[in-house]
Amino acid sequence: MSAERVIEISSLNKSFGDFQVLTDVNLTVSLGERIVVCGPSGSGKSTLIRCVNGLEQFDSGRIVVDGISLAEPGGVDRVRAEVGMVFQQFNLFPHLTVLENLTLGPMKSRGLSRTDANALAMMYLERVRIPEQAEKRPRELSGGQQQRVAIARSLCMKPKIMLFDEPTSALDPEMISEVLDVMVELAEEGMTMLVVTHEMGFARKVADRMVFMDGGEIVETGTPATVFEAPKSERFRAFLDKILQH
Amino acid sequence: MTRSISPWMLLCCLLLLAGCGSSAGTWGWYVINPSTAQGQSNIRFLIGGFGATILLSLIAAGLSMLIGLLVALPGMSSNKWIRLPSRIYIEFVRAIPLLPMLFWVFYGLPVVMRSFGMPVTIDAFWGAIITLAISDSAFTAEIYRAGIQSIPKGQTEAARTVGLSYTQTMRYVVLPQAIRRILPPLANQFIYIVKMSAFASVIGMQELTRRANELVVTEYRPLEIYTLLILEYLVLVLIISFFVRWLERKMDADESR
Repeated sequence: MSAERVIEISSLNKSFGDFQVLTDVNLTVSLGERIVVCGPSGSGKSTLIRCVNGLEQFDSGRIVVDGISLAEPGGVDRVRAEVGMVFQQFNLFPHLTVLENLTLGPMKSRGLSRTDANALAMMYLERVRIPEQAEKRPRELSGGQQQRVAIARSLCMKPKIMLFDEPTSALDPEMISEVLDVMVELAEEGMTMLVVTHEMGFARKVADRMVFMDGGEIVETGTPATVFEAPKSERFRAFLDKILQH
Repeated sequence: MTRSISPWMLLCCLLLLAGCGSSAGTWGWYVINPSTAQGQSNIRFLIGGFGATILLSLIAAGLSMLIGLLVALPGMSSNKWIRLPSRIYIEFVRAIPLLPMLFWVFYGLPVVMRSFGMPVTIDAFWGAIITLAISDSAFTAEIYRAGIQSIPKGQTEAARTVGLSYTQTMRYVVLPQAIRRILPPLANQFIYIVKMSAFASVIGMQELTRRANELVVTEYRPLEIYTLLILEYLVLVLIISFFVRWLERKMDADESR
């Protein structure tokens, strides 16, 4: 299979002051591939995916997204046009209605008319199953609904790649599945996804590849079937033991 | 509101009583007695300064808010070379007392401009506006910075990931949220400008204080005239506070719509 490489991360290094967050990280993602990144907190997994769309800068190495290097002039903006992102804290715009949250990007950065943007937004709100909340403010919604709005907001920009930074970590347990369901559907439609999460059930169901990080390095990668059955490294085994206990 | 009025009311009543009670004493309210022709013309002369004080303050505050924003935005850059000029401006301007700066602008700036081949004259009105606006802008810049930095970084990040430029992010996401936190301190600054506009009297600007001074020279009743002057500023400031509270309530209502 010679699938198109949409993300190429090579020899990535980053530090916050004296603290080395990422050490020689290499990762290639093909079009349509779903990758789940896991690891203990502070392992650099969030920093890694935040580097992909330029929310974090890195010290050395190279990131190429869909043929665009982040280092080239204007690269970050062009990459962001291809990459959607969903945050742990949703980061919806509290002063706008749900519909306005969705239409802001398409109207201001892609120049859509209000009518077109509204139609696009309603289409995606229906896909995440909350069209009836369109006129509400984000804080009137539950956490699960807010995160689904955030996903719809990203999709409105028609991204080629979606990044998820612990999308269910801030949610009450009963709301996690409604968000994961939407993500599973997205995966089934063939979206290229890079997901940081501790939801191992989700990983098992959709991930083509698991990436385990610890101490700023990629310690192990493999298909869910192989890594869950027989993790090669002791660190991954210990990590899985801890999170699968519950 | 009522809390701030009542002590003043009390004071005014006391002053009036003091004046009425002892005509042989030191008070001479006749200078501003509205029932006499002389009093009326004096009052008209004094309150004739309202227009200039208000216009001066409004233009200066508007310019200060604009300059302040232009200074504050680069001051929040992650690049220290972009941040530096903003820091220097704020520290420098904040250190200059208003009165010396007013003298420098009014008497000195035209000389500087002439030496650069721009023969401009700066009248008292614009001299006062330039001084007040620049002097105040250092403070408004800090108010903007505090307000903008109080908006979580995730808001900017989310805006950037849906393709908004820096300017669009500020315009549509950050500033609309920051404005609620910026408005009250900005209103305080406006009150400060209104009060500081009194300094414009020393370069001959015909505003409230200048007129009071001129009347004192001819009538020689400083106590009564300056009392009225203080009341004039009080009225102005109370109107501003009232307006700001109304605006805040309106914004609250809009937000919980």
